[in-house]
Amino acid sequence: MLRIRNLDAGYGSLSVLRHISLHVKQGEIVTIIGANGAGKTTLLKTVSGLLRPKSGEVLFRDKDIASLPPERIVFEGCSLVPEGRQVFAAMPVRENLLLGGYVQFKRGRSSEVKADLERVYGLFPVLRQREHQLAGTLSGGEQQMLAIGRAIMSRPSLIMLDEPSMGLAPLVVKGIFEIIGKLRDEGATVLLVEQNARSALRIANRGYVLETGRIIKDGDAADLLTDREIQRAYLGKDLDAEN
Amino acid sequence: MFLELFFQYLVAGLTYGTIYAIVGIGFNIVYNTTGIINFAQGEFVMLGGMIAVSLHSLLPLPIAIAAAVVLTMAIGALIEMTFIRWLVKPAVLRMIIITIGISILVREAALHLWGESVRSLPYFTGNEISAFSFGGVRVSPQVLWTLGICSVIVISLNLFFKYTMLGREMRACASNRDAAALCGIPTRNMVTLSFALAAGIGALAGAVVSPITQTSYSIGTGLAIKGFTVAILGGLGNSMAAVAAGFILGILESFSIWVMPTAYKDAIAITILLAMLFVRPSGLFGNKEAFRLKDF
Ligand SMILES: Nc1ncnc2c1ncn2[C@@H]1O[C@H](COP(=O)(O)OP(=O)(O)O)[C@@H](O)[C@H]1O
Ligand SMILES: [Mg+2]
Repeated sequence: MLRIRNLDAGYGSLSVLRHISLHVKQGEIVTIIGANGAGKTTLLKTVSGLLRPKSGEVLFRDKDIASLPPERIVFEGCSLVPEGRQVFAAMPVRENLLLGGYVQFKRGRSSEVKADLERVYGLFPVLRQREHQLAGTLSGGEQQMLAIGRAIMSRPSLIMLDEPSMGLAPLVVKGIFEIIGKLRDEGATVLLVEQNARSALRIANRGYVLETGRIIKDGDAADLLTDREIQRAYLGKDLDAEN
Repeated sequence: MFLELFFQYLVAGLTYGTIYAIVGIGFNIVYNTTGIINFAQGEFVMLGGMIAVSLHSLLPLPIAIAAAVVLTMAIGALIEMTFIRWLVKPAVLRMIIITIGISILVREAALHLWGESVRSLPYFTGNEISAFSFGGVRVSPQVLWTLGICSVIVISLNLFFKYTMLGREMRACASNRDAAALCGIPTRNMVTLSFALAAGIGALAGAVVSPITQTSYSIGTGLAIKGFTVAILGGLGNSMAAVAAGFILGILESFSIWVMPTAYKDAIAITILLAMLFVRPSGLFGNKEAFRLKDF
């Protein structure tokens, strides 16, 4: 589905990502965990086209998308739920979702948008209740659901999420992760970036660990969860105290 | 007698006010989609009037005006594509200097093309001396044309932004450009479109008002300052507030002639502008809520 090879990226002369290589297979949830400032957001911005890579390949369904602008990459079927939700604050919930369906309109599938809207309301019933409310007036959790809903509306084959749990209460986070699992069960492929390593590794199939712009470890999520080094650095377990 | 004079000044104020409002809305449309304050906005009003006058020697009036609007829109789009499009996140000051440069360029081109002479379109109906009388207050038919057409512009813009797909896309682009791009919306084209739209409404207003105010190559600068004042007074980015602010400025200017020498008329806008920037930069109607509801 997605294959990144030797990717270098950054801002102006500042280089953030160095020689990143990773891949995501159809039907998987792959997570990238890493501390604040590791370069997780930079990576997703680069894949989604908001940032031009300095060098390297981004292959999406065997097509190099590294030089495409973001609006073209969505049309290819790769959709980003950006960090900090980025909803259209001055617009009602429904309009936000319809804008997510813009891609479908342009593909000439506007007849399916209604059904897609119903599907999103089915996944997030609270959004139906808030249909006519301005997105900026929603709670953080509701805005996150809206941002995910908006991305789903484009019928992506790969959905990328940048820290969906950021700033949310534990119970809300649990709900969001359940939805992500459900999306996979319905056939979606997910690339999930998280600081909340434990929750992310629990629902993921595989994971990568990003540290200061490099991938220092990768493997099955279950193995990473039991990896002593990762437990110490990212899962907050004090192993010495246990022993 | 006093009342009649009062209303006479009021009507004059409203007429100028609508033009300031249209220029202010032009500022807001471009500001909302790009964050750019386009000081070339006044030149679109000049171009609309001047092109319409030139074309009118060949074409019937309505067609000349329509053609002038379309041509000015094309110029607006061209300006965006030549000077703005390729800039990546330019600094505000750099952008201001660029748009002032563009306005000088347009003005010099207009001077070359049309010279310094003052021109105007004929009255749409009647002539300079024909007037409707509303209880003793004489109102030129052209004033009614101006008020009417500018109202239609404002209402159509509102309908466009609220109810059309394209309008919704432009609002999305204004609200959050990256998020709009992530939805697949070609944000760069929206920016070009916003320049064309701002140019188009300016040009139409410029053509319609030219029989009353007359036009020449140099009117753009003054209008830009007044339009900018109106945009700031209403709150940058808030188009409907610009209409109210336009009327306020127009009426203030008009009545100032009553109590002050005419020469001070143009100082009013600058005074309001500076006062607002110091005291209340969010505008008369601007809100200071935590999240900014940027909208047209
Ligand atoms: N817009 C930007 N301009 C310059 N540097 C940035 C920008 N955004 C992030 N950075 C820098 O890039 C590095 C990685 O940031 P980011 O990708 O946001 O990390 P993460 O999402 O893992 O917390 C940080 O050192 C950060 O300071
Ligand atoms: Mg981040």
